[in-house]
Amino acid sequence: MKHTLAHLKRGEKATITDVSSIHIPLKLLEMGCLPGNTVELVQLAPFQDPMYLNINGSHVAIRKETANHILIEKVDE
Amino acid sequence: MSKQINVALIGNPNTGKTSVFNALTGLNQKVGNYPGITVEKKEGICKLPRGVKAHIIDLPGTYSLNASSLDENVVIELLLNKNDKDFPDVAVVVSDVENLKRNLLLFTQIKDLEIPTILVINMADRMAYKGISLDIPYLEKELKTKIALVSTRKKQGIDELKQLITNYKDVSAEPCLNASEVDIDYFNRLRKAFPNQLLYKLWLVITQDVNFGKIDRNEVEALNDFKTKSKADLKRLQQKETIKRYQFINNVLKVGQTIDSSQAKDLRTKLDRILTHKVWGYLIFFFILLTIFQAIYDWSSVPMDFIDSAFASLSEWVKDKLPDGAFTNLLAEGIIPGLGGIVIFIPQIAFLFLFISVLEESGYMSRVVFLMDRVMRRFGLSGKSVVPLISGTACAIPAVMATRNIESWKERLITILVTPFTTCSARLPVYLIIISLVIPEGRFLGLGYQALTLMLLYLLGFGAAVGSAYILNKILKIRSKSFFVVEMPNYKLPLFKNVTLTVLEKTKSFVFGAGKIILAISIILWFLASYGPGDNFNKAEELVTKAYASQDISEDELQQHVASFKLEHSFIGITGRAIEPVIRPLGYDWKIGIAIVSSFAAREVFVGTLATIYSVGSDDEATIKNRMAAEVNPILGGPLFNFASGISLLLFYAFAMQCMSTLAIVKRETNSWKWPSLQLVFMSGLAYVVALIAYQFLK
Repeated sequence: MKHTLAHLKRGEKATITDVSSIHIPLKLLEMGCLPGNTVELVQLAPFQDPMYLNINGSHVAIRKETANHILIEKVDE
Repeated sequence: MSKQINVALIGNPNTGKTSVFNALTGLNQKVGNYPGITVEKKEGICKLPRGVKAHIIDLPGTYSLNASSLDENVVIELLLNKNDKDFPDVAVVVSDVENLKRNLLLFTQIKDLEIPTILVINMADRMAYKGISLDIPYLEKELKTKIALVSTRKKQGIDELKQLITNYKDVSAEPCLNASEVDIDYFNRLRKAFPNQLLYKLWLVITQDVNFGKIDRNEVEALNDFKTKSKADLKRLQQKETIKRYQFINNVLKVGQTIDSSQAKDLRTKLDRILTHKVWGYLIFFFILLTIFQAIYDWSSVPMDFIDSAFASLSEWVKDKLPDGAFTNLLAEGIIPGLGGIVIFIPQIAFLFLFISVLEESGYMSRVVFLMDRVMRRFGLSGKSVVPLISGTACAIPAVMATRNIESWKERLITILVTPFTTCSARLPVYLIIISLVIPEGRFLGLGYQALTLMLLYLLGFGAAVGSAYILNKILKIRSKSFFVVEMPNYKLPLFKNVTLTVLEKTKSFVFGAGKIILAISIILWFLASYGPGDNFNKAEELVTKAYASQDISEDELQQHVASFKLEHSFIGITGRAIEPVIRPLGYDWKIGIAIVSSFAAREVFVGTLATIYSVGSDDEATIKNRMAAEVNPILGGPLFNFASGISLLLFYAFAMQCMSTLAIVKRETNSWKWPSLQLVFMSGLAYVVALIAYQFLK
């Protein structure tokens, strides 16, 4: 099964693998959300939405509906 | 005469770009609008060594040259238009030392436009704190630029930056990477078709719908051939381009930047753990809101009372000192109270913007957006709607303007449409006087009935805003991408200079923007109330004197009756009479009718108009109140302002769109009369129905 960013739990880290969906705004890519980069889930608002992420040092909040389209691979620690 | 150097300040949001602008220009700055749109244009003059001057324009913050909002469009439009009078001789890209990688993306794009570009690395004082060290000569070489290490907080590096701007001709205008490698074939064809144009410029024109007004039309049409690639293809290419740029940046920073993370101290994580916490986060936000309300309504009442009495005495003084006549009356009864009506809001607006700018500068506002997004979305709003809704408690005008950073048009539109429901400060005088008339003074659980009523009115306003947002969300058929990307910036101590300048500038723009409209309307109202058709108005003095001839009344009282009689037969009085049948079912008479009509300009005019109508002759609240309490309902007998009509009036003012200035600003922000008209009809219709039901049930 493919994991998306929406599956990440608080404090977990993952590597972004694919961002080619057209539902991902270019702005997010420009902020560093690109394949190969590490993403960490910093905080979740109630109802798990929006998600506060740390992508390679860039801190952004996005909605779950966007996170659903970002494919990741979890990093085992 | 030496030529002015045109400088454009460009940078991501939250990089301290505005601090750099403030440090360069100080008070030599002005804020205007770009022609035709409401995006703020900030420009200023900076004195450079050897008598040279630089004209500095502070462009809206943007993450890249691929624009996704009106503000960002401004940036590309200027940078692509060589004929614009503001076209920069040199671009200054401001970056934040902690987010250098992301900030450099925009830098490489600007370089591709072949404009000489200086790189400012701001917040350099944080380097040691974060364990960052930079190899400046290496970075300058690889990025083909000159770098200024600046700390606006410690006032370092500004002189070096000025020096670099003075010698801008030494700065390279070459691109630092070749982005067209992402699709060599495609870009070669493009180059062949337009040999005289900049490749990157063409690419920007192809990929976005910006208004490139002054770019040659034929060229743009010819470019359509290159749009043959499907939207998805173009987007994929943009993605590849972004990845390519990041590869370049990563390679440069791998050598040019070292971060010793063991040195880094992390305040951010600790603060975020509390401020975005599921429980504490909301509690803290609630507490901050309470403080803001306290400031707006309590602390600002002192200067407001002062302003109120100052303008009242100024009016009196003018009446006393100037010779009688139409001009003196216009000045004393139209213009001065009109100006007073504007100036009186300055304390509240200043307090509001003081808080908002501190919250934004510190980085806290993004956390609020994060906390509130899910809740607001349920009602078709966005987390970013919170700021306008809070601002709306002072005044809907700045609140509507604060919606600009909401990306989704639908969410933004709904926010604009519902914001005027929140209880703005102009409703307060109306509420206060009616509450004191019709709500008894008793207490319930230690809270006064009157205070409770006021609180209920606030909740009602907020409820109406959220409720109508819910309805609008269901009925508005606007398809708009609801993407939501919010940067969570680092926490920073707000800079005093930035906060002061924001408060000054926002207050100024309120006074001169909204002020003009309020002043114009007060003058018109004064004319309508001071002139009337026929004998009843023009021979009022005779008629009234005759009517009261048999009664023994003082000269003063007689004059008051004359004034009241005149008002009744003035243009505005006739209007009041005309609408009486419509408002009678709500429990109002023609006098209240006049007050409602005149307060369409601005709600607080209601109290002043009633003062004039009841010919009290002074704005003293207690006097107006006694006079209002004595007013008798002409049909039913008993006091006119009783519980039923009072509640009906309160509800009417809670919902009705009684504010011309807000309508004007909504027209400007939505660029159509459709939305303000809808707002007017919907809000005032709702107000009428609710007031009607309330009165009919309670009477």
